[in-house]
Formats: sequence, structure tokens, C-alpha cells
Amino acid sequence: MRRRKLLVAGNGMVGQRLVDRALATDLFDIVVVGEETRPAYDRVALSSWFEGRTEDELSLCGPDVLADKRAEYLLGRRVDAIDIDRRTVTLDDDTVHDYHELVLATGSSPFVPPIPGHDLPGCFVYRTLDDLAAIRERAEGRTSGIVVGGGLLGLEAANALRALGLDTHVVEMAPYPMPQQLGEGGGRMLARWVDLLGVHLHCDVTSERFAPGEDGSVAALHLADGAVLPADVVVFSAGVRPRDQLAREAGLEIGDRGGVLVDDTLATSAPNVWAVGEVAAHRGRCYGLVAPGYAMVDILVARLSGGDERYEGNDLSTKLKLLGVDVASFGASTADGDDIDEVVYHDPVNRIFRRLALDAATGRLLGGTLVGDASGYELLRAVTLGDVDQPAELPAYVLPATVRPPADGELPDNALLCSCNAVSVGIIREAVADGAGTVGDLKACTNAGTSCGGCVPALGALLKTELTSLGVAVSSALCEHFDHSRQELFALIRFRGHRTWAEVLEAHGTGRGCEICRPTVASILASLSNGYVLDGDQAALQDTNDHHLANMQRNGTYSVVPRVPGGEITPDQLIALGQIAKDFGLYTKITGGQRIDLLGAQLSDLPLIWQQVIDAGMESGHAYGKALRTVKSCVGSTWCRYGVQDSVGMAILLEERYRGLRAPHKVKMGVSGCTRECAEAQAKDVGVVATESGWNLYVCGNGGRSPRHADLLATDLEDDQLVQAIDRFLMFYIRTADRLQRTSVWLDSLDGGIDHVSDVVFDDVLGIAGELEADMDRHVQTYECEWKATLADPERLSHFVEFVNAPDERSTPVWITERGQKVPG
Amino acid sequence: MIDDLTDTDLAAMATAVAPVDRLPLDRGVAALVEGEPVAVFRLSDGAIYAIDHVEPFTGVPVLARGLVGSVGDVPTVASPLHKQRFDLRTGVCLDDPDHPVRTWPVEVADDVVHVVHDPHLHSSANPEGPPC
Ligand code: SRM
Ligand SMILES: Cc1cc2nc3c(=O)[nH]c(=O)nc-3n(C[C@H](O)[C@H](O)[C@H](O)COP(=O)(O)OP(=O)(O)OC[C@H]3O[C@@H](n4cnc5c(N)ncnc54)[C@H](O)[C@@H]3O)c2cc1C
Ligand code: SF4
Ligand code: FES
Repeated sequence: MRRRKLLVAGNGMVGQRLVDRALATDLFDIVVVGEETRPAYDRVALSSWFEGRTEDELSLCGPDVLADKRAEYLLGRRVDAIDIDRRTVTLDDDTVHDYHELVLATGSSPFVPPIPGHDLPGCFVYRTLDDLAAIRERAEGRTSGIVVGGGLLGLEAANALRALGLDTHVVEMAPYPMPQQLGEGGGRMLARWVDLLGVHLHCDVTSERFAPGEDGSVAALHLADGAVLPADVVVFSAGVRPRDQLAREAGLEIGDRGGVLVDDTLATSAPNVWAVGEVAAHRGRCYGLVAPGYAMVDILVARLSGGDERYEGNDLSTKLKLLGVDVASFGASTADGDDIDEVVYHDPVNRIFRRLALDAATGRLLGGTLVGDASGYELLRAVTLGDVDQPAELPAYVLPATVRPPADGELPDNALLCSCNAVSVGIIREAVADGAGTVGDLKACTNAGTSCGGCVPALGALLKTELTSLGVAVSSALCEHFDHSRQELFALIRFRGHRTWAEVLEAHGTGRGCEICRPTVASILASLSNGYVLDGDQAALQDTNDHHLANMQRNGTYSVVPRVPGGEITPDQLIALGQIAKDFGLYTKITGGQRIDLLGAQLSDLPLIWQQVIDAGMESGHAYGKALRTVKSCVGSTWCRYGVQDSVGMAILLEERYRGLRAPHKVKMGVSGCTRECAEAQAKDVGVVATESGWNLYVCGNGGRSPRHADLLATDLEDDQLVQAIDRFLMFYIRTADRLQRTSVWLDSLDGGIDHVSDVVFDDVLGIAGELEADMDRHVQTYECEWKATLADPERLSHFVEFVNAPDERSTPVWITERGQKVPG
Repeated sequence: MIDDLTDTDLAAMATAVAPVDRLPLDRGVAALVEGEPVAVFRLSDGAIYAIDHVEPFTGVPVLARGLVGSVGDVPTVASPLHKQRFDLRTGVCLDDPDHPVRTWPVEVADDVVHVVHDPHLHSSANPEGPPC
């Protein structure tokens, strides 16, 4: 075929996909005209810009794409007219361009309802990066936000306003959010989630007018029911309209409800003019999702290259995370009436609503909605589409995963896994069979998971099942350099008495190691021998923070967190820390662990700061290590009228015993003086709660990402029984846990669970209690403060220079002042 | 490699970093080369590499403080901030080819490591592509 000139109007998500696919055929020279000033970006992930995703990260056009000579990008320019007979278009700068084929991919624009005052300054739509930047600027220093429209995008926008610190209201005409997709039950359950987030939802009410404030910009919203809401920032999200103006003016046929009418070949009513994406009206309907647009591109490119594929429309099922909540709808999701049997699971406590709609006559699944728990979605959807036979126990699938384990493993090849990119389960299976071994590989090979990301967990689960069934052991190997798990490696190092990385690598590993195995071996060596962690070849093993005995911050400077055992600190120490912060220009903050963080230290200042900390009678707090962090305490019997034991004293005893102990992950403890539990000990790896006659010991609690209450291991222990039990418990954990496994996760993976721990710690069923205690004894005997050890040795100190060949120079991060202290700019 | 250089040639074209044996094995140090921060790595097999010290994802000068390792035969350093790995030989980022760093030629003269004022940007991404 001879090369043809393809002109694409619109450089959004679908327009760019067209360019990528057309380039791959090498049949076209392409001109792309885009009204926005930047090349196409991931609009689906637009909101993540507020969370720190950069423009570069959102871009769909890497440097190599833009450098491809076969496609010319005319950005910041608009197509204003089409001359169908001459086959030319005219841009807003009056330049004229000819084409062989013209594709309209102009997307849609947000619909702004003509409410009086809708055009006041401070009113926005939510569609482009420029919109978001303008919203953020307006929100600066303001307090209230309004979103008009409680659909999918409206709620997403509301979440963004809330995250910008605005007290946010959503106004929706229907009696509950997302009526079309979720129906009443699902919509009302979603409303509960919205409420939980602190966003105020006003349903069943219309907006009457926006009123300006003194500066002439929007300030208040008057509702039809008489209520008046403060409105510093207003976002309209009341649906979209296809951008079909250009086509209308050129005389192309338009759908009844707008959009450029296309047939199954995606041809418009004019020769050599095609339309794809949100602007295309196929069989009279425009789609507001990216997946149909991508599917249209595949068909169109195949057509333009000589194929005869047809576009048959898209299924509208979706599953996504909305405000952090799983929400899905599939098939005839809200089907209702006499001929429908509905199966409903309704749990207002955990805010889960799941509804399946079955044909009352045949029992066939027609569709459904899932809110708060979308497990089983892939299978249910495949059943609705007829891709899978309906399981006999189908009504049971209405139960959430916590009640009934999902049956995703049974997915057939033709079930869709990633709807954004139309990737089926079969394609993933093929890719795994061809060697893809990680989720990253699968993304690169199949495009699955690269748009909204909602399918990534399902992708990971499928990958694991497939690898296992292919006989590729889903290995417990640490990384490509060691075939052993951390636990095996620990046993080998302990048994063979290895003392250096070189010995361990030589005996058990290959290659040069990496950012996974090096810190793991470092931690094991430190747990077993307790030497200075930066001596010998161990220096090259330590992870970012351990390597400079301080936590690296996002601008390359460090924090210093001195140990404050049990949270008890003298006035003189407080003054000393304040003085140090002043002398070195550090930001100070009370941490969540009852101590004080000094942030923003330059690498070369660290030793000078430590010296002063040590002079004030304090030492390293190991905030940088996978090691004991803090032992939190409450004031206990010394002060508190309820206290029954000296919780501060016990916390200090424990913190001084276990300080510096290196472990698979960090270890936190807490000691409370009575059962009111003010030290939150049951949220810690080791929690101690005073009783009238001793101490109750709890283990394996966790805060963080997946909070878990600790399990009770023993009651009414005396002081020395308590210490002995904790010695054994900690050393058993250190021996047997995986890398970066907190005690909570370790317990869940341990055969026999808490009973087994109890058997080992109290009944010594493994016969290792003596070893465990001896290991801990050695730790306690040989502990030294790493900061002090550094200061004592010029060789070690030489490590703390920023530029080896210019010891007096230092980098110059940008600082700004916030609330009277300096912070990274 | 540049052979037969006189000391004066080298002084004009390169900046001294440190004596070889002052560089820790399998770890990096940062140096200032004509005002630019450069990360220099000495590996246990004797190889010495220099790449930009500035981490391209955040613009923060920290790469010399990353962990050295290998991926297959490729010697790497992982960013200390978010662990993206860079090929020490080419500067290519293995986890995101759109964010390469420059490499700087290294010369050893009289047992002193020098960085030559001639940085290169290799744009060739992973030539093999993903494994399928
Ligand atoms: C400074 C501090 C926040 C504060 O300003 O209060 C903090 C700061 C960090 N936390 Fe934390 N955490 C701090 C208390 C907590 C707490 C509260 C507590 O300890 O009572 C928790 C929840 C309790 C828990 O751990 O069970 C907490 C749960 C986490 C987690 C999640 C752990 C989990 O199991 O899910 C991480 C991430 C990780 O470790 O993988 C984390 C990681 C981090 C890191 C190390 C992230 C990093 O790698 O850079 C932060 C270091 C900042 C820095 O460079 O200084 N931090 N972090 C707190 C220091 C306490 C201290 O004195 O040492
Ligand atoms: C916040 C947000 C979240 C979303 N979340 C999801 C989601 O989770 N899942 C999902 O499937 N979809 C989602 N969408 C919808 C998805 O982004 C769109 O379906 C998709 O972007 C449509 O692609 P398109 O190329 O057809 O249109 P667009 O991406 O809108 O691109 C059209 C481009 O053409 C330009 N243009 C218009 N007219 C002209 C002209 N005359 N000349 C030159 N250029 C012109 C426009 O400026 C625009 O840049 C979301 C959208 C938003 C705004
Ligand atoms: S836990 Fe008990 S002793 Fe400690 S402060 Fe609270 S009430 Fe007082
Ligand atoms: S479903 Fe959106 S990326 Fe896969």
C-alpha cells in the first residue's frame, strides 16, 4: 500500500491511541492537531495529579513517541473547519492542511447547567490538567467547595476538593448518587461511604443560583429548598456533551442525542472522514469511557489497513475504586420489575451492598451492582455476557469475599480481565506461558492494567495461579541472587557462622546482589553479631537509611531522631534538643512514637548533631533501622489515679534492653499502666498491659496500612517472666520471619498461629528456648550506640562527607518557611 | 579509553575524585565535577563507573547513596529514594527508560580516580523489550 496522510483532530486518550496503532502499521504519515497545549495524557488518572503524579508521569507520549518523524504534532491549535470536497481542514491559525483520511477524536466537553451565576470567577469544570491547576490555585487559602452533580466524576471531584482542604458539598438532583449505574440500594450505600469521608451530600434538590461575594467571585449557592451553602470553589460535573460542533458545521450527520454518527465501520456520513472515542455516536449512543474508544481504534486501524472488522458496540460494565471504595456494575445492572428476581446482600455495618438481577422465568443472571466489595466481578460479568456457563450456586455469589471466598480461579479464556484495554484472561495466560513473570511484564506485553489500574489486583492473582499451574514455583527465593528464603538464609548464616557479606554470597549466592538481598543479609548479620553495621563489607549492604544512620528525606537531607526511652524526657534534654535544632536550622516535630524528630539535616552535619545529642545524655533512636523503634508508655501508677503498675519504668526497662535489635522489620512496643490502655499497647508488635498482680502480654499487633489488634499470649506475668517471654518471642520472630514481614503478617503465615507461638515461648516444644535466650543475651551485652561508635572513629566519620573531592561544599536544597519553620520547597 | 595522556592533558580535561583505595567497594561516593555533582562507584570486580548524582525522577542529588547490585550481567545502582535501578555502564533506567542519567568517562592516573568532563546520554532503552 502506498503511504497515506492521516489527519487526527484531537490529541486526547483515544486520538493518541490511534496515532500509536497507526504508526505500528507503518502505512501512514500522520498530522495530529490538539487543542490542549500538552501532548495526550491519561485523563482517567487525572485526579492523581492532586496526589503528586506529575505531568510527565501522566503523559501518554514518551520522548521516543514525540521524536517519531512519521507523526507531526500541532499542539495548542484547533481544527475550525473541514472542507469535505477538497479534503482539507483549516486550523484556528488559518493554516490549511490536506488529508487522505480524517479522523475526528475531539472527545467531549463538560456540560455546565445554565444556573444563574454559573460563569462567576471561581466556577470550574473537571476535564483537563489546566482545569485542575486552576482549581488548586483557587482553593489556596479558601475553605468551602461545591460539586454540582453526584455521578462518578462528581464524586471523584468532591474527593479532590476535600483533599485540597475544602469543606465539600455535593448537590445531586436524584434522590441518591449514581442512579443510572447503581440503582437505589447501591446508590444509598455509596452515600454512606461518601458521608464517612466527610463530604456533605445533598440529594433530591436543585441548585437555584450562585451568588457573588464582595470581590465579585462566587461565594454562595442557593438551593431550591431554601438552604444556602458557602461556595468558594465550584466544580460542575453534570455530564458531558460530545464536541461535534466541527462536524455539524461541515454538514456531517449527527446522532439524535448529539455526537458524530458513525456506522459499524466507524465511517461518518462524509467520505474519508471517521470518528472514534467519546465524540462518536455509534448506533445513536456516545460512550463516556475510554475502553470503547480504544476498541474503536483497533477496528478503525484494521479497516484503514485493508481489513473488514466491524465495531459491534461495547458492554458498559465497569469496576473501579471510587473514593477508595470498590464499586462495580455489570450487564443490565439496575434491571427491576415483576419479571426480575433480585438477590441482595445488604450490610450497612460494613457498608456493603451487592445485588444480582436474575431473569425470573429462566434464572439467568442479567446484571448487578456491587458496592463496598466488588469480589467476583470478573466472573459475574463473564456469566452475564454468556462467556461462561452460569454456576449452579450463582445466587450465593451475592455474598462478599469475607463471607464466601471468590471463585476467580475458574475464569475462562474469553472473560475480560482489563476492560480499559480489552485484555482477556486468555491473553494474560498466553503472555505468562511466553515468559512474562511479573505484573510489570504483563503490563508491558499486554497493556493490561495501564489505564485506571482497577484490574491490577486481579492481574496479580491470575499471574500467581498461572505460574503455579505452569509448574513455575512461585518461589520463596529472596531475589535473583539467592535461591533461599530469608528464613533459610538466617539458619544457614547462623549455622555456618558467616560473618561477612563476601562469605555469604560466595557460599550461597550469585552475582553482585541487589537492593533486596543486600539489606536482608545485613540485617541477619546484625541480628546475629551486633557489630557496627557500617564496618567491613557490611557498609555496602545497608539500605538508604541505615547507611547513614539517619532517615533520608524527599530532598536528600536527613532526620535525626534521638531515643527517648518510654517517652520520658528531662527538661534539660528538651532544652538541649531545642538548642540543637536552632543551631543547625532544623525543623522539629513530635513524632507518633513519643519522641522528637529533628528534620532537614545536611549529610555533613550529622556527626556534629549527634555529638551534641550524646553530650546531652541521649543516643540513637534507630528510627532508620528495621529494629526496635519505641516503647510507648502511659504515666501509670506513678501519677495516674487508676494506674496499678509502673508502666513508665517497665517501658524504659524494655526499651533499653531491646534498643538496637535488628529484625526482619521494625518492632514497636507499648506498656499501659491499667486496662484503660492509654499507651495503645494492643496496637503494637509487643504490648504489655498492667494488671493488679502483674502484666498481660499481647503480641503481633500492628497499626499502619492493615491495622491488627494484638493477640493475648499470657496473663499476670511477673517482671522477669515477662522479660523472658519477650526475649524468646522476639528471637523466634527474628529467626523465622520473612524479609519485611511485621510480626502481625508473620503470625498469620505461621502454621499453628498464636498457639504455636505460645508452645514455643512457654512450653519450649522446639527445644530452642535456651538458644533464643542466649542470642538475646549476646545482643544485650554487646549493644552500643551507633552514633557514638561513628564519632569515635575517624575512618567511619570520613563516610559523612557529601562530596569526596570538595569536603567543604554541600548541596543547596530549596527551603520555604511554613508556620514559622523551614520545610522543603 | 584515552591512552598516552600527559598529566597536564588530564588536569585540563578531568577532575580528580580520590585515590582508588579511598573509594569503598560496591558503594558510591559523590564528587563535584566542574560544579556538577557526579556519582562514582567502584565495584568489587575492579570496574569504576561514574553517572549523574542527580536522581532524574525527583531532581535530588542522591544517586551515589544508592545500593549497588546486578540484574543478570548488568551492574546497577538503585535510587535511595524510590529504588529505580540504573545501568551503571549506560545510565539507562531499567525500570523506566524515559528517565536515563548521563554517564561520565573515568580515568585512573597515578592511582587517582578522575572523572572526564565529557558526559554522555545513551537513549537506547532496553534493547530486548519485555519478555514476550
Ligand atoms: C516520624 C514518624 C511520623 C511522625 O512525624 O510522627 C514516622 C515516619 C515514617 N514512617 Fe511511620 N512514622 C512514625 C510513626 C508511625 C506509627 C505510629 C507509632 O509508631 O505509634 C505507625 C503505625 C504503627 C505501626 O507501625 O504499627 C507508623 C507506620 C509506618 C509504616 C506502616 C507499617 C505497617 O506495618 O504497615 C511505614 C512503612 C513501612 O515501614 O513499610 C512507615 C514508614 C515511615 C518512614 C520511615 C517512611 C520512610 O521510609 O521514609 C517515615 C520516615 C520519616 C523520616 O524520614 O523521618 N511508618 N509510623 C513517626 C516516628 C515514630 C518514632 O518516633 O520513631
Ligand atoms: C476526571 C476524569 C476521570 C475519568 N475516569 C474514567 C475511568 O475511571 N474510566 C474510564 O473508562 N473513563 C474515565 N474517564 C473518561 C475518559 O477520560 C474519556 O472517556 C477519554 O478520555 C475519552 O478519550 P477521547 O480521546 O475520546 O477524548 P478526550 O480525552 O477528551 O480528548 C479529546 C481532545 O481533543 C481536543 N479537541 C477537541 N476539539 C478539538 C478541535 N476542534 N481541534 C483540536 N483538538 C480538539 C480536546 O481539547 C481534547 O484534548 C474520566 C474522565 C475524567 C475527566
Ligand atoms: S492506661 Fe491506665 S494507668 Fe495508664 S494513663 Fe491510662 S488510665 Fe492511667
Ligand atoms: S481495567 Fe482499567 S486498566 Fe485494566
